Amino acid sequence: MTDYTRMTAADIAAALAAGETTSVEVTQAHLDRIAEVDGDVHAFLQVDAEGALATARAVDEARAAGKELGPLAGVPVAVKDVLATEGLTTTAGSKILEGWVPPYDATVVAKLRAAGMPILGKTNMDEFAMGSSTEHSAYGPTHNPWDLDRIPGGSGGGSSAAVAAFEAPLAIGTDTGGSIRQPAAVTGTVGTKPTYGGVSRYGLIALASSLDQAGPCTRSVLDAALLHEVIGGHDVMDSTSIDAPVPPVVEAARKADVKGLKIGVIKEISGEGFQPGVKQLFDESVQLLVDRGAEVVEVSCPSFEKGLAAYYLILPSEASSNLAKFDGMRYGLRVGPEGVASPSAEQVMAATRDAGFGDEVKRRIILGTYALSAGYYDAYYGQAQKVRTLIARDFAAAYEKVDVLVTPTAPTTAFKLGEKLDDPMAMYLNDVATIPANLAGVPGMSIPNGLAAEDGLPSGFQILAPATKDERLYQVGAALEAALQEKWGGPILAQAPELAGKADAR
Amino acid sequence: MAVLRPVWTANRLRGMSALSRDEVAHVAMLARIQLSDDELDRLAGQLDQIVGFVATVGEIAADDIPPMSHPLPLENVTRTDEVRPSLTPQQALAAAPRAEADRFAVPRILDEE
Repeated sequence: MTDYTRMTAADIAAALAAGETTSVEVTQAHLDRIAEVDGDVHAFLQVDAEGALATARAVDEARAAGKELGPLAGVPVAVKDVLATEGLTTTAGSKILEGWVPPYDATVVAKLRAAGMPILGKTNMDEFAMGSSTEHSAYGPTHNPWDLDRIPGGSGGGSSAAVAAFEAPLAIGTDTGGSIRQPAAVTGTVGTKPTYGGVSRYGLIALASSLDQAGPCTRSVLDAALLHEVIGGHDVMDSTSIDAPVPPVVEAARKADVKGLKIGVIKEISGEGFQPGVKQLFDESVQLLVDRGAEVVEVSCPSFEKGLAAYYLILPSEASSNLAKFDGMRYGLRVGPEGVASPSAEQVMAATRDAGFGDEVKRRIILGTYALSAGYYDAYYGQAQKVRTLIARDFAAAYEKVDVLVTPTAPTTAFKLGEKLDDPMAMYLNDVATIPANLAGVPGMSIPNGLAAEDGLPSGFQILAPATKDERLYQVGAALEAALQEKWGGPILAQAPELAGKADAR
Repeated sequence: MAVLRPVWTANRLRGMSALSRDEVAHVAMLARIQLSDDELDRLAGQLDQIVGFVATVGEIAADDIPPMSHPLPLENVTRTDEVRPSLTPQQALAAAPRAEADRFAVPRILDEE
């Protein structure tokens, strides 16, 4: 019997179109897989079997009736719990939103529904997308399918782990400083952060509005392109949405050709100081691209060095303002202060926010409030905005010389759960290679490029393109993926250990 | 104009911390978060370290560099002013901690005296 959980979304879509299977069968196979392994992985905060199967049935009926359907109709998808889903609890990984059922769909979710894609459930994440490990989720961490004692990356570790554990062929993530790309890197999966404005943010619970961007999490570059095409495009409900067609990402993924392309290795993020196995795999991947006809050029982006510091001012500043709406008045948690007979609204807000937010959220709100306060604004937020300009200029100068830039996605492979939990600064350093793209608004992708020699865990290769040239990510990503899979004799996840799941427990 | 150095740099030279426990308590109050003493003990030290790190943005000379608040050069984006479906009062109030007479019911907003 065909195991549809092991197939790519493109292959599932082809099997559906050919009438070899039904969406109900494919969706049920994934629900069964979730029931089998998610007790160990904890990728999902909520599974919506009923809703997913209802969509699947409707798509099967439409197909049987000869209706015209989109390319991914009937292919199930998991959605990060930071996107509003009408009728389906949305928590952003926070206690302050425990049990909140949104009265509307995010545009990304509406597009998935319109494309006939069954939504399997909502995936785990660091609270309000603040973190690199999912350990800041108020509902407990997600475990990396490659080693259950390790982190699946963050903030979108639930989406990356769901895809890596074959619980879903596709998932939606969001990326503010690397939350799609870093989880992809440490779980051996593919993740794209589109150009800022390429995917609507309407209904995405905002972390940092000038940095947030939703995108696809998948097991293949072509699958990412197919999903990117479904969720991308202009939306009048998001004033920062780009009024232009989705870049030709699917065509580029099928082309998979780098002949004559100029690929820039950034001197400042070329893997020096990174885990040796990660650096080695990065160098090998660059060589594979050269073997396929690309030209490699070294470029310098001197201001990137200050990107991390600028990011950890800009993000908390925006977040402190965005999270002010969680005040216990209109929705979400409301807690009264202890021992106060008739508390004021202000006292209730302060008690609610103390009870409802976790440590990392508190740290960042306080940091952001401090950075924006009178007397500190110029030295902190103002200066960070200038660094942001310099980083954008570094990108612009680099893209005058090259078509794409490449770096290792993350400095290390997956670290152990708990290892960096009490050391916020160590956690922040995971984002050093992914942050510049968010600050400048350019698109980025991570694809798996091997297992590090010292620990046998997946590493990621990051590709960055100029704004609105997202198709270049797919062109290069698909070419490298093809070269790597030729070497490995199949996809990297074929090398992942089997999850024991409930079969063993029986 | 002289480059404004973050207080952290000056404080570091004097061996002082960037952000004291009292300052953290004050900023938390501004952000409407009622931290317990235990939380203050835990967060103050971490925040001091983080502020020390982020203050290094001051090491880049950027006096003549314009600030960038956003990746896209957008101005005054508006959408067509047309009637579209919106939430009913029931939907809007469905998640309210308390509702009364088709309105959000909130704790008192004025001081007692």
